Amino acid sequence: MSEFGQFKNIYFEECGDLIALAEETLLLMQAGDSSLENINALFRAIHSIKGGAGSFSFNNIVTFAHEFETLLDHLRNESIEFNSDICQLLIKSHDVLHDLINLAKRNSDEKPLQFFTVHSQLLEVLEHHTGSAYLSKDEVNEEIAETVFQINFKPHPNMMKFGNDPLFLIRELSSLKLDQKSENFSVIIHEDQVPYLSEIDWSLCYFWWQFQIKTMHTLSRIKEVFEFVEDDCELEITILNKIVIESKSRTDLSILKEQKSQEINSLKISDSGSSKSQKEEMSHSIRVELDRIDRLVNTVGEMVIKQAMLIDQAQLIQGDGIHDFIKGLQDLNHHMRDLQDYVMAIRAQPVKTVFSRIPRLVREVASELGKEVNLVMSGETTEIDKTVIERLGEPLMHMIRNAVDHGIESPNDREKNKKNRIGSIHLHAEHKSGRILIEITDDGKGINRNGVLKKALEKDLISPDHNLTGDEIDNLIFLPGFSTATEITNISGRGVGMDVVKKSIQSLGGRVSISSIEGKGCKFTLTLPLTLAVLDGMIASVGNQQYIIPIINIIETLRPSKAQVSSLIGCHDIMLLRKNTISLVYLHEIFNIPNAIHDPWNAIVVVVESEGGELIGLVVDELHKQQQVVIKGLEDNYDPIPGISAATILGNGNVSMILDVAVLKKLGQQQYKKRLETDKKTITNLR
Amino acid sequence: MNEVIQETEHKAKIHQFITFSVNKQEYGIEITSIREIKGWINTTSLPNTPQYMRGVINLRGSVVPVLDLRCRFGLGLTEATKAHVIMILNIQGRIMGMLVDAVSDIIYVKVEDIKSVPSMDVTEGQDTVLQGIADIDGRMVALLSLEKIFDHSKCLHFEGEMHQEIMQGHNKNSE
Repeated sequence: MSEFGQFKNIYFEECGDLIALAEETLLLMQAGDSSLENINALFRAIHSIKGGAGSFSFNNIVTFAHEFETLLDHLRNESIEFNSDICQLLIKSHDVLHDLINLAKRNSDEKPLQFFTVHSQLLEVLEHHTGSAYLSKDEVNEEIAETVFQINFKPHPNMMKFGNDPLFLIRELSSLKLDQKSENFSVIIHEDQVPYLSEIDWSLCYFWWQFQIKTMHTLSRIKEVFEFVEDDCELEITILNKIVIESKSRTDLSILKEQKSQEINSLKISDSGSSKSQKEEMSHSIRVELDRIDRLVNTVGEMVIKQAMLIDQAQLIQGDGIHDFIKGLQDLNHHMRDLQDYVMAIRAQPVKTVFSRIPRLVREVASELGKEVNLVMSGETTEIDKTVIERLGEPLMHMIRNAVDHGIESPNDREKNKKNRIGSIHLHAEHKSGRILIEITDDGKGINRNGVLKKALEKDLISPDHNLTGDEIDNLIFLPGFSTATEITNISGRGVGMDVVKKSIQSLGGRVSISSIEGKGCKFTLTLPLTLAVLDGMIASVGNQQYIIPIINIIETLRPSKAQVSSLIGCHDIMLLRKNTISLVYLHEIFNIPNAIHDPWNAIVVVVESEGGELIGLVVDELHKQQQVVIKGLEDNYDPIPGISAATILGNGNVSMILDVAVLKKLGQQQYKKRLETDKKTITNLR
Repeated sequence: MNEVIQETEHKAKIHQFITFSVNKQEYGIEITSIREIKGWINTTSLPNTPQYMRGVINLRGSVVPVLDLRCRFGLGLTEATKAHVIMILNIQGRIMGMLVDAVSDIIYVKVEDIKSVPSMDVTEGQDTVLQGIADIDGRMVALLSLEKIFDHSKCLHFEGEMHQEIMQGHNKNSE
């Protein structure tokens, strides 16, 4: 990637943060907190986006952000009053800006659909409130702005040799000050470079100056003063405070005072103070490539395993002092665990990053459908692994879309049913026993069980003589090919159904469940692992090989009696378990492992949940122990292998494969077909 | 100064190969693709892969697949002992191991001394994996093309249909 591209990426990353920050601030403002602090925060965010966009010449962003910023500027000067209409406009503008950034990211120069309406609305408001034709030019803003500059001017000693006299420069600079009042221009002379009298060379300049000037002029005009001496001095210009002049007449007195005092403060504070506060802000976070963190996570995971192995080994050794040695190792083990937690915490991020996209989504979908929805979010600070967060976004947005589209009724329907016109959706996250719980609750119409049943019958997903419980009916919506909306709506009918949601959550090692009361609403619960780097697994052996079965997939384990198992002709073997039939999949068969136990009643059957929630029985020789394992992708060095999701390294240093339970049944069926074919061939050969 | 330039020019035309033996025949691979050489350790088998994929080993925390070169040539599985050697290779960014009988030497071969493989009269199975043949003081060293040995499609040809079908299903699922 070119260096420029790299900068661009950093810019977009920062934009993402800023947009999220702006969104957060807007939500506070929407809730009624229109304090100056919030407006300023929003202004800063938009301003930074504009600044960066300028250097990459994303002109659409610059133009739009500029108007946005101007509106905010008026708001903080109170020349435009903050009200709910303005707030809506701000929110819309924010959405458009977000779209613009996304388009720019894809190198597209297009403008989003809403751009023109929102942009013209912005201009209209600005024009209306400022009372004069509004000029959308940068100079307007900059010319009328009253700025305090601090200029550190350090001439090189031999500057005067080239015919430049600092005095002229200082005179010219002082002529730029706001008015004739002396307080608008201050000079500090630094004479620390002046040598002893005997050593003074009259042709050299030993002084350096620090000016503070309050002016109506722009930074470029100030720079112009020093244009000719640029190469012969060190010049440092900082902006201390910036206010817009026309605000003063209308500004609330207390704020004015505050600004004044700030101004005075900033005039008094030496430059070291201001740069220090900047530095402090910088040190809150650093950007690190994810790759580096992953390497760290891996290495630490490795060390934890090795550590456990060392303790096991040490306990076998006899002799003096071994006790202390083991104790030391165990202490070290604690530190290792801590280290692992800390390293994992680096990857963890608050779910806020996903949640912050939801309000906008709800807004858009609700307004498109003419529904009124109030979104409540809680537990946004709950932290999960970054990868989980990234992959959580899509399914979560889909479920929220569903909740607004299918769950919440139209305001009139709600009134008829004696509900509040405004529907409510609650999005909640929390830690629960080592996993993350995310709940999406709506107070809509709930799941229409009759409708679901009818649909499922139509689509041949269930047999007519079913006897399903209410919960089981609700769970039908997770079946592939199921969609309750009779017409495909623009909102939720994007070709993905709840089955896709379920699959993507499962691929993260999570589960989805649903509980619904018809007419009252419905609740989706997601449980997710805290991290994708480790997994709880059961070690099972088949022949001389050991495999890991993810605990999350295991329903139960048992050794069936001979009577429970029957091999049906033309079908795979079946086990009867509490009146349910479970098809058996022989691991040794699908993986071609010699010397394994063939009869299920001598082996162990692990009942696991396969694709689509179907239960299958995995036949393995023996189960060993439950253990946390570090997941190692096989794909780095080899092509994906069906039935294997990843590998791991066990305490003894051996590699072991982690089973991909979802596809094992399909593998089993194929093996079975093949076995039948070979059987047929042997029979024909015999004849 | 001139000497240095000459030397570098000289070097540019010379390739270094590591030679090793499989079934008493000498082979060479370019030294730049070799990361390390280690003694044989037991592998964990990879299910449903060609027989010549011996499985994976733990190389200081990374999972590295190992290929049995003798078996790849169709000469049967190597009965690996501690004397056998796994060469750890870097092939287009992937780390792979290759099981051979023994590593013997480092040779310097001028580009012009590498002869193309005669199109006839080659043992079956080897025709596709040779890069050329070098004549070193009367010894014939077969130079191998690693890319061809570890070729994707070749690795998958075993039960290819089933593999493909599953993988397609898999991809659909993950989409």
